[in-house]
Amino acid sequence: MAPITFLEAIRQAMFEEMAADPSVVLIGEDVGVYGGAFKTSEGLLEKFGWERVIDTPISESAIIGAACGMSYLGLRPIAEMQFIDFIACCFNQLTNFVAKGHYLWNAPAPIVVRGPSGGGVHGGPFHSLSPEMYFLHTPGFKIVYPSTPTDAKGLLKASIRDNNPVLFFEHKFLYRRIKEEIPEGDYTVPLGKAVVRREGKHLTIISYAAMMHTSLEAAAALAKEGIEAEVIDLRTLLPLDEETILRSIRKTNKCLVVHEDTKTGGISGEIAAILFEKAFHDLDGPVLRVASLDTPVPYAPTLEEAFLPNAQKVFTAAKDLARF
Amino acid sequence: MPAIESAAKKKLSRQQYLDLYYFMRLNREVEDTMTRLFRQNKIVGGLYSSLGQEAISVGSAYALQKKDWMAPMIRNIGALLVKGVPPRDIFTQHMAKYTSPTKGKDGTSHFGDLENLHIVSPISMLGDLIPVLTGVAMAGRYLGQKIVTMTWIGDGGSSTGVFHEGLNLAASQKAAFVLILENNQWAYSTPVRRQVPLENLADRAKAYGISSYIVDGNDAVAMYSTAKEAVDRARAGEGPILIEAKTFRRRGHAQHDPAEYVPAEQREYWEKRDPITLYEKFLTGEKILDAKGEKEIEDKINTLLEKDREFAENSPMPPPEFASEGVYCTGDDCHKIRPKWERPISEVTPPKSSVEPVWIVEGFGRGKTSSRENAPIHFGDTQPAPEESTAKTKSLAKPAAKPPARKPAPAKAAARGKARR
Repeated sequence: MAPITFLEAIRQAMFEEMAADPSVVLIGEDVGVYGGAFKTSEGLLEKFGWERVIDTPISESAIIGAACGMSYLGLRPIAEMQFIDFIACCFNQLTNFVAKGHYLWNAPAPIVVRGPSGGGVHGGPFHSLSPEMYFLHTPGFKIVYPSTPTDAKGLLKASIRDNNPVLFFEHKFLYRRIKEEIPEGDYTVPLGKAVVRREGKHLTIISYAAMMHTSLEAAAALAKEGIEAEVIDLRTLLPLDEETILRSIRKTNKCLVVHEDTKTGGISGEIAAILFEKAFHDLDGPVLRVASLDTPVPYAPTLEEAFLPNAQKVFTAAKDLARF
Repeated sequence: MPAIESAAKKKLSRQQYLDLYYFMRLNREVEDTMTRLFRQNKIVGGLYSSLGQEAISVGSAYALQKKDWMAPMIRNIGALLVKGVPPRDIFTQHMAKYTSPTKGKDGTSHFGDLENLHIVSPISMLGDLIPVLTGVAMAGRYLGQKIVTMTWIGDGGSSTGVFHEGLNLAASQKAAFVLILENNQWAYSTPVRRQVPLENLADRAKAYGISSYIVDGNDAVAMYSTAKEAVDRARAGEGPILIEAKTFRRRGHAQHDPAEYVPAEQREYWEKRDPITLYEKFLTGEKILDAKGEKEIEDKINTLLEKDREFAENSPMPPPEFASEGVYCTGDDCHKIRPKWERPISEVTPPKSSVEPVWIVEGFGRGKTSSRENAPIHFGDTQPAPEESTAKTKSLAKPAAKPPARKPAPAKAAARGKARR
């Protein structure tokens, strides 16, 4: 089977789920006629028609509200944010209405909110967001942020079938840059399970999404200097796979967290806290963080490059950590 | 389209007239009981009154069928009662009891019932229910259920962003949705004049190109008649309808608020227009209700409320360990809703659901700067040209207008995915 892009993996997941289950519908801005701003839904309208591929006004709160309402009659809507930055426009509808429904009144809302996120493509401050931590602090969501086409397809299918609201972030830098042969036929990748992408014994690098590839690049460079880094791809941020993290740290005794989200309040802080609570005596050094600057995402390539983590920054931090 | 005055008052059956009366009285008695419980410190949180607004809740909800969906707001206890919620659920909710619909996790009228009564729970953020009930109506149409959805909003809530987004989406979708705008003239302490520079809030409907009504919210029969007409029109496919019900909030925002900011003359005017008193006058005039009949209804309500209040008071608080349960729906038991199809599924699955991506409109664009050539229209509202004419004009279209090849790749993938299920 020919390798496919990350973007094609997303499209296949939606296509297959809609073909298999008439309760799956897609709602969002320009998802139908235009096929989505990134063409992730190209061909869906032609196949499944107006009633299942719904173009909406520019109204993110209404999109989320309507998707939630549709789920109450047994549908499984996928709601697209044209760029994930716009998820801020429906923050209230998501955090107050959707996320709390099951806890408060036994109303599960099996909806998937997905959209292109992340920087590195010079999208500027309003088209480059890493929004995960706004929502990680809201009980009720599941948060998925895949890094490979295989995972993107399998995790999106699992998200659509999940009975909870899932926020599914697609790093747009990866959309067309990576290709991979994916398993044939119907498969899912379970939510809440991290994966070890590279085995190592000297330290553990924990990452996800585009930064997972950056971390692997750094790990390859570290190997040339005799430092074997283990690389964990979180894949799901909520619920967090503590078991895989703890198992690795108990082996390597050192932890570096790499993420594209800004540093303060990033998931690295949460992971550090978990390690201090549950693996304090296993740590031989500080928990280090490589993350974006605590600024909005700047536009100019020189500025954005300074803003984002890169393999060199990861390499340097990992070498510092390895000395302990 | 200008807002029209309320629909002509319908002639109801005797039983219907008495139903409206029963539910309005029940609405008021439930709230009076809760006021007493509040004063005894038995209500855990806030208590919101719909005194003087009972005709709106009862009259509008009474226009819905059993299969229809609604979401009440904080002053719509009457709508809950009409839809079939027992008073005990309302008492236990306010008292945070483990026997309440949310088992103590939320209070007031913040609860719902997806499976039987088709009620969506409100939240405190005003307007959020409008797109949600729009979505319910969209799903209902998709499944072929011919349902109508209804929710309420106040004059205050009609200024939120999501009111606009929701109503606009409903209008663009022609959703079978009825929105009751209860203009009680006060958003907490802010009079309607300081919120909206409109005489009639029903005029907001113009912005969405939808129909609207203005109705005397203190007239039960007018309220029901207008709501019924709107519900019938929405069900017939006319799209969403906005009803402004003019009324007055006779208590404060909640129990703690003495509402001293309300002018005495305004209060006096509306107190003379109590919806239950007005309706009683009408019913006795029509000889539908007499002292004996009224006493029977009163006794029925008292017996019911006495039993339900006792149940609520004797119910336990939730155990502390329950706090950590239920964030996620895990396992299959927590999600039992299956789509109830009332149309052939084949209509929404390929090949029947598939549509041609492009058709040609002859002489598209006749303006001065236009090329006046035929142009492809990608979907849109325009109906496709007949077969022959499409074939003819296609050859005239510019090469650039050729539709991009679509769908083969995912189509194959889907076929594979499906074959393996």
